[in-house]
Amino acid sequence: MYPENYHYSNEHEWFHVEGDECTIGITDFAQDELGEVVFVELPEVGTHFDGNDEIGTIESVKAVSEIYTAVPGEVTEVNTELENAPEKVNEDPHGQGWLIRMKLDEGVDLEGLMNAEQYEEFTHNG
Amino acid sequence: MTTADLRRTPLFDVHVEASGKLVPFAGWEMPVQYSGLMEEHRAVRTAAGLFDVSHMGEVAVRGAGAEAFLQHLTPNDVGRLKEGRAHYSALLDEDGKYIDDLLVYRLREDQFILVVNAANTATDLEWIEDYAPDGVEVEDVSEEYALLALQGPRAVETLQALTETELAPIRYYGFRRGSVTGHPALLSRTGYTGEDGFELYLAPEAATEVWAALLDTGRGAGVIPAGLGARDTLRLEAGMALYGHELDRDTTPWEAQLGWTIKMGKGDFVGSRALAEAKERGPSALVVGFEITARGIAREGCVAYAAGTEIGKVTSGTFSPTLGKALGMAKLAVGHTALGYEFEIEVRGRRLPARVVEVPFYRRTKNA
Repeated sequence: MYPENYHYSNEHEWFHVEGDECTIGITDFAQDELGEVVFVELPEVGTHFDGNDEIGTIESVKAVSEIYTAVPGEVTEVNTELENAPEKVNEDPHGQGWLIRMKLDEGVDLEGLMNAEQYEEFTHNG
Repeated sequence: MTTADLRRTPLFDVHVEASGKLVPFAGWEMPVQYSGLMEEHRAVRTAAGLFDVSHMGEVAVRGAGAEAFLQHLTPNDVGRLKEGRAHYSALLDEDGKYIDDLLVYRLREDQFILVVNAANTATDLEWIEDYAPDGVEVEDVSEEYALLALQGPRAVETLQALTETELAPIRYYGFRRGSVTGHPALLSRTGYTGEDGFELYLAPEAATEVWAALLDTGRGAGVIPAGLGARDTLRLEAGMALYGHELDRDTTPWEAQLGWTIKMGKGDFVGSRALAEAKERGPSALVVGFEITARGIAREGCVAYAAGTEIGKVTSGTFSPTLGKALGMAKLAVGHTALGYEFEIEVRGRRLPARVVEVPFYRRTKNA
Protein backbone atom coordinates (compact mmCIF):
# COMPACT_ATOMS: atom_id res chain seq x y z
CA MET A 1 0.00 0.00 0.00
CA TYR A 2 2.59 2.60 1.09
CA PRO A 3 5.68 2.86 -1.14
CA GLU A 4 8.77 1.55 0.65
CA ASN A 5 11.03 4.29 -0.69
CA TYR A 6 8.92 7.19 0.68
CA HIS A 7 9.06 8.84 4.07
CA TYR A 8 5.89 9.75 6.01
CA SER A 9 4.89 12.42 8.50
CA ASN A 10 2.33 12.23 11.28
CA GLU A 11 0.38 14.91 9.36
CA HIS A 12 -0.19 12.21 6.71
CA GLU A 13 2.07 13.60 3.99
CA TRP A 14 4.59 11.53 2.08
CA PHE A 15 8.07 12.64 1.02
CA HIS A 16 9.94 11.03 -1.83
CA VAL A 17 13.58 12.10 -1.71
CA GLU A 18 15.83 11.59 -4.74
CA GLY A 19 19.21 13.29 -4.31
CA ASP A 20 18.48 16.86 -3.22
CA GLU A 21 14.98 16.80 -4.71
CA CYS A 22 11.87 15.92 -2.74
CA THR A 23 8.34 15.26 -4.03
CA ILE A 24 5.51 15.77 -1.55
CA GLY A 25 1.96 14.46 -1.51
CA ILE A 26 -0.72 13.29 0.90
CA THR A 27 -1.14 9.65 1.80
CA ASP A 28 -3.90 7.28 0.80
CA PHE A 29 -5.08 7.35 4.40
CA ALA A 30 -5.32 11.16 4.27
CA GLN A 31 -7.23 11.28 1.00
CA ASP A 32 -9.67 8.68 2.28
CA GLU A 33 -10.31 10.66 5.45
CA LEU A 34 -10.80 13.84 3.48
CA GLY A 35 -13.17 12.49 0.85
CA GLU A 36 -13.48 13.73 -2.72
CA VAL A 37 -11.03 16.56 -3.27
CA VAL A 38 -12.47 19.57 -5.11
CA PHE A 39 -9.77 22.25 -4.74
CA VAL A 40 -6.05 22.12 -4.21
CA GLU A 41 -4.23 25.32 -3.32
CA LEU A 42 -0.48 25.13 -3.90
CA PRO A 43 2.40 27.57 -3.35
CA GLU A 44 4.29 29.55 -6.00
CA VAL A 45 7.39 28.06 -7.54
CA GLY A 46 10.41 29.69 -5.90
CA THR A 47 8.85 29.94 -2.43
CA HIS A 48 11.09 28.75 0.38
CA PHE A 49 9.63 26.82 3.31
CA ASP A 50 11.07 25.80 6.63
CA GLY A 51 10.22 22.42 8.13
CA ASN A 52 6.63 22.28 9.50
CA ASP A 53 5.51 25.25 7.37
CA GLU A 54 2.07 25.16 5.79
CA ILE A 55 2.53 24.84 2.03
CA GLY A 56 -1.08 24.80 0.90
CA THR A 57 -4.56 23.47 1.46
CA ILE A 58 -6.72 20.69 0.11
CA GLU A 59 -10.48 21.04 0.18
CA SER A 60 -13.08 18.35 -0.13
CA VAL A 61 -16.82 18.95 -0.19
CA LYS A 62 -17.03 18.79 3.59
CA ALA A 63 -13.60 19.62 4.90
CA VAL A 64 -10.46 21.64 4.44
CA SER A 65 -7.05 20.29 5.32
CA GLU A 66 -3.75 22.14 5.56
CA ILE A 67 -0.69 20.57 3.98
CA TYR A 68 2.65 20.87 5.76
CA THR A 69 6.16 20.16 4.68
CA ALA A 70 8.22 18.30 7.23
CA VAL A 71 11.43 19.27 5.44
CA PRO A 72 12.86 22.69 4.44
CA GLY A 73 13.48 23.64 0.83
CA GLU A 74 12.52 25.73 -2.16
CA VAL A 75 9.56 24.88 -4.40
CA THR A 76 10.76 23.95 -7.91
CA GLU A 77 7.53 22.61 -9.38
CA VAL A 78 3.85 22.33 -8.46
CA ASN A 79 1.39 19.83 -9.89
CA THR A 80 -0.65 22.16 -12.10
CA GLU A 81 -2.71 19.20 -13.36
CA LEU A 82 -4.56 19.28 -10.05
CA GLU A 83 -6.12 22.61 -10.92
CA ASN A 84 -8.42 20.91 -13.40
CA ALA A 85 -8.26 17.38 -12.05
CA PRO A 86 -8.13 17.57 -8.24
CA GLU A 87 -9.63 14.07 -8.11
CA LYS A 88 -6.16 12.71 -8.96
CA VAL A 89 -5.34 13.23 -5.28
CA ASN A 90 -7.99 10.62 -4.47
CA GLU A 91 -7.33 8.32 -7.40
CA ASP A 92 -3.56 8.14 -7.19
CA PRO A 93 -2.38 9.88 -4.01
CA HIS A 94 1.12 8.38 -4.08
CA GLY A 95 1.66 8.98 -7.82
CA GLN A 96 -0.14 11.34 -10.18
CA GLY A 97 -1.75 13.09 -7.23
CA TRP A 98 1.60 14.51 -6.03
CA LEU A 99 1.48 18.13 -4.89
CA ILE A 100 4.86 19.86 -5.10
CA ARG A 101 8.56 19.28 -5.70
CA MET A 102 11.22 21.03 -3.66
CA LYS A 103 14.97 21.42 -3.79
CA LEU A 104 15.95 20.47 -0.27
CA ASP A 105 18.10 22.75 1.84
CA GLU A 106 21.58 21.41 2.49
CA GLY A 107 21.99 18.91 5.25
CA VAL A 108 18.31 18.08 5.57
CA ASP A 109 17.65 15.32 8.02
CA LEU A 110 14.79 12.84 7.54
CA GLU A 111 15.20 11.33 10.99
CA GLY A 112 11.86 12.50 12.35
CA LEU A 113 9.88 10.83 9.57
CA MET A 114 8.41 7.34 9.47
CA ASN A 115 9.08 4.57 6.99
CA ALA A 116 6.24 2.76 5.23
CA GLU A 117 5.87 0.09 7.86
CA GLN A 118 5.90 2.55 10.74
CA TYR A 119 3.39 4.76 8.96
CA GLU A 120 1.06 1.86 8.26
CA GLU A 121 1.11 1.05 11.94
CA PHE A 122 0.59 4.73 12.80
CA THR A 123 -2.61 4.87 10.73
CA HIS A 124 -3.98 1.85 12.57
CA ASN A 125 -3.28 3.29 15.99
CA GLY A 126 -4.03 6.92 15.21
CA MET B 1 -19.47 13.54 24.79
CA THR B 2 -17.91 10.11 24.42
CA THR B 3 -19.07 7.50 21.95
CA ALA B 4 -20.64 5.58 24.81
CA ASP B 5 -23.11 8.41 25.44
CA LEU B 6 -24.28 8.55 21.83
CA ARG B 7 -27.60 7.09 20.85
CA ARG B 8 -27.94 4.61 18.00
CA THR B 9 -30.78 4.14 15.54
CA PRO B 10 -32.35 0.72 14.91
CA LEU B 11 -30.20 0.57 11.76
CA PHE B 12 -26.85 1.02 13.50
CA ASP B 13 -25.63 -2.52 12.78
CA VAL B 14 -26.74 -2.22 9.16
CA HIS B 15 -24.63 0.93 8.76
CA VAL B 16 -21.59 -0.73 10.27
CA GLU B 17 -22.00 -3.69 7.96
CA ALA B 18 -22.38 -1.37 4.94
CA SER B 19 -19.06 0.30 5.90
CA GLY B 20 -20.84 3.50 6.79
CA LYS B 21 -18.58 6.10 8.37
CA LEU B 22 -20.24 6.84 11.69
CA VAL B 23 -19.85 10.19 13.38
CA PRO B 24 -21.40 11.93 16.37
CA PHE B 25 -24.32 14.10 15.26
CA ALA B 26 -26.80 15.85 17.55
CA GLY B 27 -26.18 13.27 20.26
CA TRP B 28 -26.48 10.32 17.88
CA GLU B 29 -23.96 8.09 16.19
CA MET B 30 -24.98 8.57 12.55
CA PRO B 31 -23.64 7.55 9.13
CA VAL B 32 -22.09 10.57 7.43
CA GLN B 33 -21.27 8.60 4.27
CA TYR B 34 -21.00 5.10 2.81
CA SER B 35 -19.50 4.88 -0.68
CA GLY B 36 -18.59 8.57 -0.85
CA LEU B 37 -20.41 11.86 -0.47
CA MET B 38 -20.25 12.82 -4.16
CA GLU B 39 -21.45 9.44 -5.38
CA GLU B 40 -24.31 9.43 -2.90
CA HIS B 41 -25.25 12.99 -3.78
CA ARG B 42 -25.32 12.16 -7.49
CA ALA B 43 -27.31 8.99 -6.88
CA VAL B 44 -30.04 11.07 -5.22
CA ARG B 45 -30.10 13.50 -8.16
CA THR B 46 -30.11 10.78 -10.85
CA ALA B 47 -31.55 7.60 -9.24
CA ALA B 48 -32.33 7.57 -5.53
CA GLY B 49 -30.65 7.49 -2.15
CA LEU B 50 -31.87 5.87 1.05
CA PHE B 51 -31.25 7.78 4.29
CA ASP B 52 -31.64 6.74 7.89
CA VAL B 53 -32.99 9.81 9.64
CA SER B 54 -34.36 8.00 12.67
CA HIS B 55 -32.61 10.52 14.91
CA MET B 56 -35.34 13.07 14.13
CA GLY B 57 -37.69 13.67 17.05
CA GLU B 58 -41.44 13.04 16.95
CA VAL B 59 -43.86 14.66 19.36
CA ALA B 60 -47.52 13.59 19.44
CA VAL B 61 -50.14 16.22 20.27
CA ARG B 62 -53.62 14.85 20.91
CA GLY B 63 -56.96 15.90 22.31
CA ALA B 64 -60.01 17.96 21.53
CA GLY B 65 -58.04 21.19 21.95
CA ALA B 66 -55.05 20.06 19.88
CA GLU B 67 -55.82 22.16 16.81
CA ALA B 68 -56.42 25.34 18.80
CA PHE B 69 -53.28 24.67 20.80
CA LEU B 70 -51.05 24.19 17.74
CA GLN B 71 -52.68 27.16 16.10
CA HIS B 72 -51.46 29.20 19.07
CA LEU B 73 -48.07 27.49 19.33
CA THR B 74 -46.94 27.47 15.69
CA PRO B 75 -47.06 30.21 13.03
CA ASN B 76 -48.44 28.29 10.05
CA ASP B 77 -52.23 27.83 9.74
CA VAL B 78 -53.10 24.51 11.37
CA GLY B 79 -56.79 25.31 10.83
CA ARG B 80 -56.27 24.81 7.11
CA LEU B 81 -54.21 21.65 7.49
CA LYS B 82 -56.33 18.68 6.40
CA GLU B 83 -56.08 15.12 7.65
CA GLY B 84 -53.49 13.30 5.57
CA ARG B 85 -51.47 16.46 5.00
CA ALA B 86 -48.34 17.91 6.59
CA HIS B 87 -46.91 21.40 6.52
CA TYR B 88 -43.65 23.16 7.27
CA SER B 89 -43.78 25.35 10.33
CA ALA B 90 -41.79 26.36 13.38
CA LEU B 91 -41.60 26.87 17.09
CA LEU B 92 -40.95 30.55 17.67
CA ASP B 93 -40.22 32.29 20.95
CA GLU B 94 -42.08 35.41 22.11
CA ASP B 95 -39.57 37.51 20.15
CA GLY B 96 -40.58 35.68 16.97
CA LYS B 97 -37.23 33.91 16.72
CA TYR B 98 -36.58 30.26 16.00
CA ILE B 99 -36.57 27.64 18.75
CA ASP B 100 -36.83 25.05 15.97
CA ASP B 101 -38.30 24.44 12.55
CA LEU B 102 -40.56 21.44 12.16
CA LEU B 103 -43.19 19.56 10.19
CA VAL B 104 -46.75 19.27 11.47
CA TYR B 105 -48.63 16.13 10.39
CA ARG B 106 -52.36 15.96 10.86
CA LEU B 107 -53.14 12.29 11.46
CA ARG B 108 -56.76 12.87 12.52
CA GLU B 109 -59.01 15.76 13.40
CA ASP B 110 -57.58 15.91 16.93
CA GLN B 111 -54.30 14.06 16.48
CA PHE B 112 -51.03 15.55 15.27
CA ILE B 113 -47.36 14.67 15.10
CA LEU B 114 -44.62 17.28 15.12
CA VAL B 115 -41.34 16.20 13.57
CA VAL B 116 -38.46 18.14 15.06
CA ASN B 117 -34.68 18.33 14.85
CA ALA B 118 -32.83 15.72 16.90
CA ALA B 119 -30.64 18.30 18.63
CA ASN B 120 -33.69 20.27 19.75
CA THR B 121 -36.09 17.51 20.76
CA ALA B 122 -35.64 17.96 24.52
CA THR B 123 -35.88 21.78 24.35
CA ASP B 124 -38.89 21.62 22.05
CA LEU B 125 -40.69 19.15 24.26
CA GLU B 126 -40.24 21.34 27.30
CA TRP B 127 -41.43 24.39 25.36
CA ILE B 128 -44.49 22.59 23.98
CA GLU B 129 -45.45 21.16 27.38
CA ASP B 130 -45.16 24.58 29.00
CA TYR B 131 -47.74 25.98 26.63
CA ALA B 132 -50.05 22.95 26.49
CA PRO B 133 -53.45 23.57 28.10
CA ASP B 134 -55.38 20.97 30.10
CA GLY B 135 -56.99 18.44 27.84
CA VAL B 136 -54.16 18.43 25.31
CA GLU B 137 -51.80 15.52 25.61
CA VAL B 138 -48.16 16.02 24.58
CA GLU B 139 -45.96 12.96 24.29
CA ASP B 140 -42.43 12.33 23.04
CA VAL B 141 -42.97 9.39 20.68
CA SER B 142 -39.50 9.51 19.09
CA GLU B 143 -38.74 6.00 20.34
CA GLU B 144 -41.76 4.62 18.51
CA TYR B 145 -40.48 5.57 15.07
CA ALA B 146 -37.66 4.72 12.78
CA LEU B 147 -37.57 7.16 9.88
CA LEU B 148 -36.23 6.32 6.42
CA ALA B 149 -36.07 8.78 3.55
CA LEU B 150 -36.01 7.47 -0.01
CA GLN B 151 -35.23 10.41 -2.26
CA GLY B 152 -34.62 10.80 -5.98
CA PRO B 153 -36.27 10.38 -9.37
CA ARG B 154 -36.44 6.56 -8.99
CA ALA B 155 -37.75 6.68 -5.42
CA VAL B 156 -41.46 6.38 -6.17
CA GLU B 157 -41.20 3.37 -8.49
CA THR B 158 -38.88 1.63 -6.03
CA LEU B 159 -41.21 2.15 -3.09
CA GLN B 160 -44.28 1.33 -5.18
CA ALA B 161 -42.94 -2.19 -5.78
CA LEU B 162 -43.05 -2.81 -2.01
CA THR B 163 -46.38 -1.29 -1.01
CA GLU B 164 -50.02 -1.70 -1.92
CA THR B 165 -50.68 1.95 -1.19
CA GLU B 166 -51.09 3.75 -4.48
CA LEU B 167 -48.38 6.40 -4.41
CA ALA B 168 -49.20 8.45 -7.50
CA PRO B 169 -52.21 10.25 -5.97
CA ILE B 170 -50.21 11.30 -2.89
CA ARG B 171 -49.24 14.91 -3.46
CA TYR B 172 -46.17 16.72 -2.14
CA TYR B 173 -46.61 17.04 1.64
CA GLY B 174 -49.41 14.48 1.61
CA PHE B 175 -49.21 11.15 3.42
CA ARG B 176 -51.09 7.87 3.86
CA ARG B 177 -51.03 5.08 6.37
CA GLY B 178 -50.22 1.81 4.69
CA SER B 179 -47.58 -0.85 4.80
CA VAL B 180 -44.19 -1.51 3.24
CA THR B 181 -43.14 -5.16 2.85
CA GLY B 182 -46.00 -5.97 5.21
CA HIS B 183 -44.87 -3.58 7.96
CA PRO B 184 -47.26 -0.80 8.96
CA ALA B 185 -45.90 2.55 7.83
CA LEU B 186 -46.80 6.16 7.37
CA LEU B 187 -45.82 7.02 3.81
CA SER B 188 -45.14 10.73 3.49
CA ARG B 189 -44.28 12.50 0.24
CA THR B 190 -41.77 14.83 1.86
CA GLY B 191 -38.03 15.21 1.94
CA TYR B 192 -35.03 17.40 2.42
CA THR B 193 -33.13 16.98 -0.83
CA GLY B 194 -35.01 18.90 -3.53
CA GLU B 195 -36.02 15.62 -5.18
CA ASP B 196 -39.26 13.70 -5.31
CA GLY B 197 -39.47 10.92 -2.77
CA PHE B 198 -40.97 9.57 0.40
CA GLU B 199 -40.23 9.53 4.08
CA LEU B 200 -41.34 6.37 5.86
CA TYR B 201 -42.27 6.34 9.53
CA LEU B 202 -41.96 2.77 10.76
CA ALA B 203 -41.83 0.74 13.94
CA PRO B 204 -38.16 0.42 14.95
CA GLU B 205 -38.37 -3.38 14.61
CA ALA B 206 -39.35 -3.02 10.94
CA ALA B 207 -36.52 -0.70 9.95
CA THR B 208 -33.86 -3.27 9.05
CA GLU B 209 -36.15 -5.31 6.83
CA VAL B 210 -37.63 -2.32 5.01
CA TRP B 211 -34.18 -0.79 4.54
CA ALA B 212 -32.86 -4.00 2.96
CA ALA B 213 -35.96 -4.44 0.78
CA LEU B 214 -35.73 -0.90 -0.60
CA LEU B 215 -32.06 -1.34 -1.48
CA ASP B 216 -32.65 -4.78 -3.03
CA THR B 217 -35.58 -3.59 -5.08
CA GLY B 218 -33.86 -0.39 -6.14
CA ARG B 219 -30.48 -1.89 -6.93
CA GLY B 220 -31.12 -2.11 -10.67
CA ALA B 221 -32.26 1.51 -10.71
CA GLY B 222 -29.10 2.66 -8.92
CA VAL B 223 -30.54 3.19 -5.43
CA ILE B 224 -27.81 3.31 -2.77
CA PRO B 225 -27.58 4.21 0.90
CA ALA B 226 -26.75 7.86 1.50
CA GLY B 227 -25.41 9.58 4.59
CA LEU B 228 -25.84 12.86 6.40
CA GLY B 229 -22.99 14.41 4.38
CA ALA B 230 -24.94 14.11 1.14
CA ARG B 231 -28.13 15.09 2.92
CA ASP B 232 -26.50 18.39 3.82
CA THR B 233 -25.13 19.20 0.34
CA LEU B 234 -28.49 18.18 -1.19
CA ARG B 235 -30.58 20.36 1.11
CA LEU B 236 -28.22 23.27 0.59
CA GLU B 237 -28.46 23.03 -3.22
CA ALA B 238 -32.22 22.93 -2.77
CA GLY B 239 -32.00 26.12 -0.67
CA MET B 240 -33.52 24.53 2.41
CA ALA B 241 -32.70 26.02 5.80
CA LEU B 242 -31.03 24.01 8.56
CA TYR B 243 -31.55 24.80 12.22
CA GLY B 244 -28.38 26.04 13.90
CA HIS B 245 -27.25 27.49 10.57
CA GLU B 246 -29.83 29.64 8.77
CA LEU B 247 -32.27 29.45 11.69
CA ASP B 248 -31.54 30.20 15.34
CA ARG B 249 -32.65 32.18 18.41
CA ASP B 250 -31.34 35.32 16.73
CA THR B 251 -33.28 35.01 13.48
CA THR B 252 -36.89 35.78 12.57
CA PRO B 253 -38.76 34.10 9.71
CA TRP B 254 -38.67 37.46 7.88
CA GLU B 255 -34.88 37.43 8.00
CA ALA B 256 -34.76 33.75 7.02
CA GLN B 257 -37.03 34.54 4.03
CA LEU B 258 -39.54 32.01 5.31
CA GLY B 259 -42.42 34.46 5.52
CA TRP B 260 -44.60 32.04 3.55
CA THR B 261 -44.80 29.81 6.64
CA ILE B 262 -46.10 32.65 8.80
CA LYS B 263 -49.86 33.27 8.67
CA MET B 264 -50.31 36.64 10.36
CA GLY B 265 -53.97 36.72 9.43
CA LYS B 266 -54.93 33.66 11.47
CA GLY B 267 -54.95 35.48 14.82
CA ASP B 268 -52.52 35.70 17.72
CA PHE B 269 -49.87 33.03 18.15
CA VAL B 270 -46.62 32.77 20.11
CA GLY B 271 -44.32 35.43 18.69
CA SER B 272 -46.97 37.07 16.49
CA ARG B 273 -46.81 40.46 18.21
CA ALA B 274 -43.03 40.64 17.88
CA LEU B 275 -43.27 39.48 14.26
CA ALA B 276 -45.82 42.19 13.46
CA GLU B 277 -43.49 44.82 14.90
CA ALA B 278 -40.48 43.34 13.13
CA LYS B 279 -42.37 43.39 9.85
CA GLU B 280 -43.27 47.03 10.41
CA ARG B 281 -39.63 47.92 11.11
CA GLY B 282 -38.33 45.76 8.27
CA PRO B 283 -35.51 43.24 8.71
CA SER B 284 -31.96 44.41 9.38
CA ALA B 285 -30.48 41.31 7.76
CA LEU B 286 -31.58 38.65 5.29
CA VAL B 287 -30.49 35.09 4.60
CA VAL B 288 -29.51 34.94 0.92
CA GLY B 289 -27.80 32.51 -1.43
CA PHE B 290 -24.32 33.23 -2.71
CA GLU B 291 -21.74 31.69 -4.97
CA ILE B 292 -17.99 32.10 -4.89
CA THR B 293 -16.69 33.43 -8.18
CA ALA B 294 -13.05 32.40 -7.63
CA ARG B 295 -11.46 29.14 -6.52
CA GLY B 296 -12.14 28.24 -2.92
CA ILE B 297 -14.97 27.32 -0.61
CA ALA B 298 -16.57 29.57 1.99
CA ARG B 299 -17.82 27.66 4.99
CA GLU B 300 -20.08 28.32 7.94
CA GLY B 301 -18.86 31.19 10.09
CA CYS B 302 -16.76 32.90 7.41
CA VAL B 303 -17.19 36.69 7.56
CA ALA B 304 -18.61 38.65 4.63
CA TYR B 305 -17.28 42.11 3.71
CA ALA B 306 -18.28 44.93 1.42
CA ALA B 307 -15.83 47.79 0.89
CA GLY B 308 -13.83 46.58 3.89
CA THR B 309 -16.82 46.61 6.26
CA GLU B 310 -18.28 43.49 7.83
CA ILE B 311 -21.77 42.85 6.43
CA GLY B 312 -22.57 39.42 7.78
CA LYS B 313 -21.61 35.76 8.05
CA VAL B 314 -21.88 32.56 6.08
CA THR B 315 -24.53 30.29 7.63
CA SER B 316 -23.84 27.26 5.39
CA GLY B 317 -21.24 26.82 2.69
CA THR B 318 -20.01 23.94 0.61
CA PHE B 319 -18.93 22.81 -2.81
CA SER B 320 -22.01 21.91 -4.83
CA PRO B 321 -21.56 18.46 -6.40
CA THR B 322 -24.36 19.09 -8.93
CA LEU B 323 -23.32 22.57 -10.04
CA GLY B 324 -19.57 22.10 -9.63
CA LYS B 325 -19.00 25.32 -7.76
CA ALA B 326 -18.74 26.68 -4.25
CA LEU B 327 -21.96 28.16 -2.90
CA GLY B 328 -23.85 28.68 0.29
CA MET B 329 -26.18 30.84 2.31
CA ALA B 330 -25.22 33.90 4.30
CA LYS B 331 -27.00 36.27 6.62
CA LEU B 332 -26.18 39.71 5.25
CA ALA B 333 -27.16 43.22 6.33
CA VAL B 334 -29.94 44.72 4.21
CA GLY B 335 -28.60 46.86 1.44
CA HIS B 336 -26.21 44.05 0.49
CA THR B 337 -28.71 41.38 -0.47
CA ALA B 338 -29.91 42.21 -3.99
CA LEU B 339 -29.53 39.52 -6.64
CA GLY B 340 -26.18 39.93 -8.37
CA TYR B 341 -24.71 42.01 -5.53
CA GLU B 342 -20.94 41.46 -5.36
CA PHE B 343 -19.11 41.21 -2.06
CA GLU B 344 -16.24 39.33 -0.42
CA ILE B 345 -15.96 36.44 2.01
CA GLU B 346 -12.86 35.93 4.09
CA VAL B 347 -11.54 32.37 3.95
CA ARG B 348 -8.38 31.64 5.95
CA GLY B 349 -7.19 35.22 5.75
CA ARG B 350 -7.96 35.66 2.07
CA ARG B 351 -10.98 37.51 0.70
CA LEU B 352 -12.75 35.59 -2.04
CA PRO B 353 -15.13 37.34 -4.44
CA ALA B 354 -18.78 36.28 -4.02
CA ARG B 355 -22.11 37.18 -5.54
CA VAL B 356 -25.69 37.02 -4.29
CA VAL B 357 -27.63 34.50 -6.38
CA GLU B 358 -31.12 33.06 -6.50
CA VAL B 359 -32.18 30.30 -4.12
CA PRO B 360 -32.75 27.40 -4.68
CA PHE B 361 -29.47 26.86 -6.46
CA TYR B 362 -30.86 23.64 -7.90
CA ARG B 363 -34.38 22.87 -9.08
CA ARG B 364 -35.32 19.45 -10.35
CA THR B 365 -37.00 19.19 -13.71
CA LYS B 366 -40.48 17.91 -13.05
CA ASN B 367 -41.85 15.00 -15.03
CA ALA B 368 -44.86 15.87 -17.12
